[in-house]
Amino acid sequence: MRKFKEFIVEKLILICGLFCILVVVLIFIFLLKEGLTLFKTVPLSHFLFGKNWYPISEPAQFGILPLILGSLLVTVGAAIISIPIGVGCAIYIAEVAPLKTKEILKAGIELLAAIPSVVLGFIGMITLVPWIKTIFKLPTGLTALSGSIMLAFMAMPTIVSIAEDALYSVPKSYKEGALALGATRWQTIWRVELSAASSGILAAVMLGIGRVIGETMAVMMITGNSAVIPTSILEPVRTLTATIAAEMGEAVVGSEHYFALFAIGIVLFLISFAINVTADMFLHKK
Amino acid sequence: MRNPRRTEKIAFFFLFLATLLIVIPVGLIVVIIIQKGLPAINWQFLSDMPRQGMRSGGIFPAIVGTIYLVLGAIIFALPIGLLAAIYLSEYSKDNFLTRIIKLAIVNLAGVPSVVYGLFGLALFVVFFKFGASILSGALTLGIMILPIIITASREALESVPDSFREVSLSLGASKWQTIRHIVLPNAIPGILTGTILGLGRAAGETAPILFTVAAFYLPRLPKSIFDQVMALPYHLYVISTQVPNVDEKIRYGTALVLLALVLFMNLIAIIIRYQFRKRKKW
Amino acid sequence: MVEKFIIQNLDIWFGSIHALKNLNMQIYANEILSVIGPANSGKTTFLRMLNRLNELEVNFRRDGSVKLDDIEICKMNIELLRKKVGMVFALPLPLPLSIFDNVAYGARMHGIKNKNKLRQIVEDSLSRAYLWEEVKDRLKTSAFKLSGGQQQRLCIARTLAVNPDVILFDEPCSGLDPISTAKVEEAMLKLKKDYTIILVTNNVKQAARVGDRTAFFLNAELIEVGETGKIFTSPFDRRTDDYIRGKFG
Repeated sequence: MRKFKEFIVEKLILICGLFCILVVVLIFIFLLKEGLTLFKTVPLSHFLFGKNWYPISEPAQFGILPLILGSLLVTVGAAIISIPIGVGCAIYIAEVAPLKTKEILKAGIELLAAIPSVVLGFIGMITLVPWIKTIFKLPTGLTALSGSIMLAFMAMPTIVSIAEDALYSVPKSYKEGALALGATRWQTIWRVELSAASSGILAAVMLGIGRVIGETMAVMMITGNSAVIPTSILEPVRTLTATIAAEMGEAVVGSEHYFALFAIGIVLFLISFAINVTADMFLHKK
Repeated sequence: MRNPRRTEKIAFFFLFLATLLIVIPVGLIVVIIIQKGLPAINWQFLSDMPRQGMRSGGIFPAIVGTIYLVLGAIIFALPIGLLAAIYLSEYSKDNFLTRIIKLAIVNLAGVPSVVYGLFGLALFVVFFKFGASILSGALTLGIMILPIIITASREALESVPDSFREVSLSLGASKWQTIRHIVLPNAIPGILTGTILGLGRAAGETAPILFTVAAFYLPRLPKSIFDQVMALPYHLYVISTQVPNVDEKIRYGTALVLLALVLFMNLIAIIIRYQFRKRKKW
Repeated sequence: MVEKFIIQNLDIWFGSIHALKNLNMQIYANEILSVIGPANSGKTTFLRMLNRLNELEVNFRRDGSVKLDDIEICKMNIELLRKKVGMVFALPLPLPLSIFDNVAYGARMHGIKNKNKLRQIVEDSLSRAYLWEEVKDRLKTSAFKLSGGQQQRLCIARTLAVNPDVILFDEPCSGLDPISTAKVEEAMLKLKKDYTIILVTNNVKQAARVGDRTAFFLNAELIEVGETGKIFTSPFDRRTDDYIRGKFG
């Protein structure tokens, strides 16, 4: 009887492990099933490189190039802001800050990670957007730049905590060796530790960017959502994620529009898949 | 010649500046929301239905909805996540299957939340015909927090020293007995911490519930798990972008309630972790 | 003399490392067999083979036959084997439980639920490990509150509580002071009456003090085994003599 019970429990445990694979497969299958239907009527090249996203006009146009460029612009902007600040903060926490400060800073970073994106979007709307509008004298503050700044904040907790881990796990002997040779702490950090931790830091950056690309609510609330090819960072843009979130509510299940939004989902899934697998490889490269 | 000491000073100053650039805005965000949201908070705001197209009244149904969704997500995700973590840390051998499972979890953790929403829509709402309902939303959120629970639980399980396992096995306990009586009890704080962090995440997410459960305006409480509900994050989104002329106080108040709920969960997780570290016996 | 273990043509590998080479030996009932040898000589592998604890390693492989009471141990139910062959580890390793629960753990896992019976087993085992008098008033406190020597005797009591035939000691005194060591050794000598004891030790003098027979391992091979007196006065192999005299190790 005891044997039988254990047999059942152990099988259950295995099944739960396998469930994770099942979920990933299911996500992919369902995205494909709905998304690929679009390509019966719309050629793939028109979808990926079409310059117009007019999902409900007659005839509808499903070109996601403006959305891809919107996502790209916002992401690049966020990366430019968040990578130096995030990595700098990680170095400060890992190497410079005294122990007490370190604990407080880490708690602060965790706090930032915990703030829901809709709350950040709300705060961005109320504070950042008007500032951008007045500083740059724009007709609207809902721009790619506002999105980039807000998203940089969402990427930072990821970048800081993973990069800090990577720096922390550099063997002490490296550091002591360099210091013993008369290098200053900064020289040690710059020449020795950063290169020793480089693959971890790279992974941190990639995961941070992954977070930015996938972010939805804040972006939808503050980038202005106009689906045109952006020419400047001070213009409104619309991202892949925001398009899905904003339009799925109105799309009729089974319509071309509905399938197009799933096709965007496939694109997002593939991007995040590529980023995560690469980052994971960097993290486990030893 | 450049003076290395001075270079160091300048470099450290910039590092400090980078840190301030993160910490100060975080502090500001929290302070602003508390300062402007607190005047809106009173018993009526928390316990009343929204009125006049959400321009007055309270946020009670949104609070209830969020609680239902979070509970539903955890009922679904905790057992599966915990067992999957036990599989990975205690049973799995280093083979192809295990690598695939680990890869799957890494990917689940990185899938954008709006894609979870699409998935929930396609599988639960349309395919299983649950409709936009608490059930669909909770399952979607549950799948979203699964990787968080698995990763945290696995770390907690693996931090239990192997020597305890060996001792237990050497006394003739079976593998499952060892896990059940020695490994799990010592991993519980870590598992709890991860679970609560997952809960916090589920409570704050909007995109996965957009098309699976969230109701725009529904001033009554749900009667069954097949009902739609309002939810705090979606409600905040709605009153700040979709409904014109909402009193700013109500917006800030809603943001404060949501933030407080999420931070409260994180605080509990931090306290558990701290207590556990202090009491750790090995 | 009754043979407890019969080991024939045993080889053990961990991946590409050949950890035990072509081992043939017998272990007799109610003897204390001391096992000595330098680090990485295979003595701990030998010990952990007897209760199949080596199998926890992922790349473990073995070949040959090991019989306990004439039954091949690989064919025995593994929990039953480990119940019969208890083990005391190198460092005192109490489980994170109370003193009482530590001792009662094994018995509970084997299905004993009756409270009075458990109490009887705990008292009995602690007495035989010479610990009862010291802890009888604080059985509910954490086992981590005990001193190192007390913890090690608790581990012995915990092993006794499942009522084994054989007890394996893996360098049980390596972390202990001389007085605690003496107490543990005293316990071993008394236990010999009822149990077969195999003692792996780094301390050659300890092997001489408590062992009826002594086995010397070097580079994964058994060099020789025999009466302790004989090994220590006139060993067959020069390497044994060199090791005992401290020329290497």
